[in-house]
Amino acid sequence: MNTVTESTKSVVMERVFPHAPEKVWRALTESPLIAQWLMKNDFEPVVGRKFQLRSEPVPNWDGVIDCEVKVVEPMKQLSYNWGTMGMGTFVEWTLTPADGGTHVRMEQSGFREDQPQNYKGAQYGWQKFLGRLETVLEDGK
Amino acid sequence: MVLDMKTAQANHVFRALADPTRRALFEELSRQGEQTVHALTRYAGVSQPAVSKHLTVLKRAKLVRHRREGRETHYRAQQDALKPMVDWLRHYSEFWSDRFDQLEKLLERMD
Repeated sequence: MNTVTESTKSVVMERVFPHAPEKVWRALTESPLIAQWLMKNDFEPVVGRKFQLRSEPVPNWDGVIDCEVKVVEPMKQLSYNWGTMGMGTFVEWTLTPADGGTHVRMEQSGFREDQPQNYKGAQYGWQKFLGRLETVLEDGK
Repeated sequence: MVLDMKTAQANHVFRALADPTRRALFEELSRQGEQTVHALTRYAGVSQPAVSKHLTVLKRAKLVRHRREGRETHYRAQQDALKPMVDWLRHYSEFWSDRFDQLEKLLERMD
């Protein structure tokens, strides 16, 4: 079972894995294990820990994602900021015991400002900008 | 993987629009159509060299086009250039779907 929900504001993915929450938690929080399914990293399950996820650099992008651990609640919840090129998003994992396994929900909510808002920042935050953008793009069709 | 060229293109656009003044300029051009640098300077409330610098960044990301008429330079928004950004979340959906598959494989390998 795999559910994907998309909007301009977030991506939600849910799946039931036939494995115990303890095992899923290890896969999500042990650096060498994370490297096997996500990316090379220097993650540690400690709130406030800044870490990087690294993939192969490509033109216009160094392949680095800057993250900071926000919530660590063993076997239940894990969340971190996920930032690339001034673009901040938030990744939140929620584990729930399910029949014969673990229900895993991942939500990546975008678009947030990495930097504090400055000139006209309040009016021109990403959320608003993208909201208007959709209208502009639809009008253009 | 999915975080590849397409994401890089989106990042390019993101970076150009990461600055609130540039977003404001781009929006103004989207709303009002073609504008001169003078009009944009009045709108943005920053110096003309600063506006020109911002416009150059937007131009490099292909978000605006310009033409000269006499002593004035006119700019207009190129909304097509936003497409990589609008596609961004779609790419992330693919990315996570793929990573969930990898996670599943890893869980099978683990004790």
